[in-house]
Amino acid sequence: MNERLRKLLGTDTLLPYWLLLPTLIFIGVFFLMPLFKAVGLAFYGKDGFTLAYFEKMISDVRFFDALKFTFLFAITIVPLQVVTALAMALLLNSGFRGSRFFLYIFALPLGIADLAAGLIWLSIFTHRGFLNSILYALGIIDRPIHYLSYQNINYTFLSVVAAEHWRATAIVMVILVAGLQMISKDYLEAAEVLGARGWKKIWYVILPLLKPSLQSALIIRTIFALQTFAVVLALAGQITPVLAGEAYFWQFLYRNPHVASAYAVLLMVISIAMTWVYLRYLRSRTEVIRE
Amino acid sequence: MSYRYLLRQTLIYMAVLTLALWVLIPILLIGISAFTPRQELYLWPKSIIPSHFSLETMRFFLGAHGVVRSLLNSVKVAVLTLTFTLAVGAPAGYAVARFFFRGREAFRLGILITRMFPTALLAVPLAVTFIRWGLYDTLVGVALIHTAMALPFAVIITTGIFMGVPKDLEEAAMTLGCSRFGAFARVALPLALPGLAAAAMFTFVISWNEVFAAAILTVRNRTLPAHIITTIQASPLDFRFAGGFFMILPALLFMFLIRRYLFHMWGGATAER
Repeated sequence: MNERLRKLLGTDTLLPYWLLLPTLIFIGVFFLMPLFKAVGLAFYGKDGFTLAYFEKMISDVRFFDALKFTFLFAITIVPLQVVTALAMALLLNSGFRGSRFFLYIFALPLGIADLAAGLIWLSIFTHRGFLNSILYALGIIDRPIHYLSYQNINYTFLSVVAAEHWRATAIVMVILVAGLQMISKDYLEAAEVLGARGWKKIWYVILPLLKPSLQSALIIRTIFALQTFAVVLALAGQITPVLAGEAYFWQFLYRNPHVASAYAVLLMVISIAMTWVYLRYLRSRTEVIRE
Repeated sequence: MSYRYLLRQTLIYMAVLTLALWVLIPILLIGISAFTPRQELYLWPKSIIPSHFSLETMRFFLGAHGVVRSLLNSVKVAVLTLTFTLAVGAPAGYAVARFFFRGREAFRLGILITRMFPTALLAVPLAVTFIRWGLYDTLVGVALIHTAMALPFAVIITTGIFMGVPKDLEEAAMTLGCSRFGAFARVALPLALPGLAAAAMFTFVISWNEVFAAAILTVRNRTLPAHIITTIQASPLDFRFAGGFFMILPALLFMFLIRRYLFHMWGGATAER
């Protein structure tokens, strides 16, 4: 670094701040500004402060359905993912031959977009899709079942759950595998010396030590599950509306950024509330924040 | 090798294989769908393996109005995104990895909090702002919001990568006459390069896969996912299957190439310290 540039940047004590500056500016312009702008759009109309946009949102015929399905999806999908991912992580951790190979296979869906996952499972659940074909070949049905229709809203719901469960379990798995690797071998050896084996070891030693990772996984997955959008649109269209989807429609189809922002703000508030609940009731704050 | 041990191993392999099939079979099925002759997709009863494989569906998809253009847009946006993201995020990652400074922990916490922002909260107000800035319906505009979404990951990943490059090497270079920047460029950067390449690919995948913001911020300059989702109600099944297959192709390739770095991205933050 030449002398003049050095003078300009100051000494090494200032250097880290210069390095952070681009990121800080970016966060200011692309996170903080939209945050305030969204609140502004949601609460301020031409004549100043108003709750009209929230009233419009709540009085929309699909609003309560969207709220209901958003929560139903989250509380169905997240536990399923945690249980599946935990099984994957514990199996991989048992150290059988080829576990590394299977780790990569299990992680594959990490790269798959929510929209693509929706389309993949559409090929399975659509009226002439693979599921109906297989059931027919096995002689279980003789006419195709319409899984994705208003008549079978429960099937439609389960189809979305299946697709999201499949797509986003990998993230949880990677977090849990990383958590398992951090557990000190000493604890595990001590547990075995003291007679804890198999299920006992998992339940009384591994799971408690894995709690910070479980918390992080829960928080991240819950927040993203609340934003489920493209999977729902690809599979269910508007049969099972969700909050993020409504924000999309109000912005994209009805060209109303005020109501769309109201939905966005509502999503943010729910996300913060859920995070607070997890932090409050699952403890060990710092570790969760770390993740 | 006791009987119990064998039983245990058999059970573990059976469980692992089941889970692997659960992951792999849907990917295989979309592949089959994308190469099934179009009319066979609509037959009942449909056989699971088509009578023959054909490029017809893929050709129809690529020939459909707007697809090739959106495909190119997607690539351009993703390349812009990874350039912006690394240019902005990597210096921050380096700073966090190398220096102890006031506000370091606050910065890391802030970065993690930005990961929790709903996409809608960024995209909806930015659509309004971008109209005023002349960025609405431009590829740069989409790339900027994708950069915002990828930035938290980039900072976390590059922090992990630079922590993996020993500080001693840079200090040695400086005592041998390199400047601060020279030591970084000649010693730390080459060592960090594979990791940075992995971070770049990961950023590419984030952008390539993103649909909500891309759909809201564009009208004519759509990316591939934005094109698919905005035409989804009107497009035939074969178009959707081919689209889904096309979307996962580069993503799977990149995820395979960077598989060793996965833990930097998701597990890294915990594993680091």
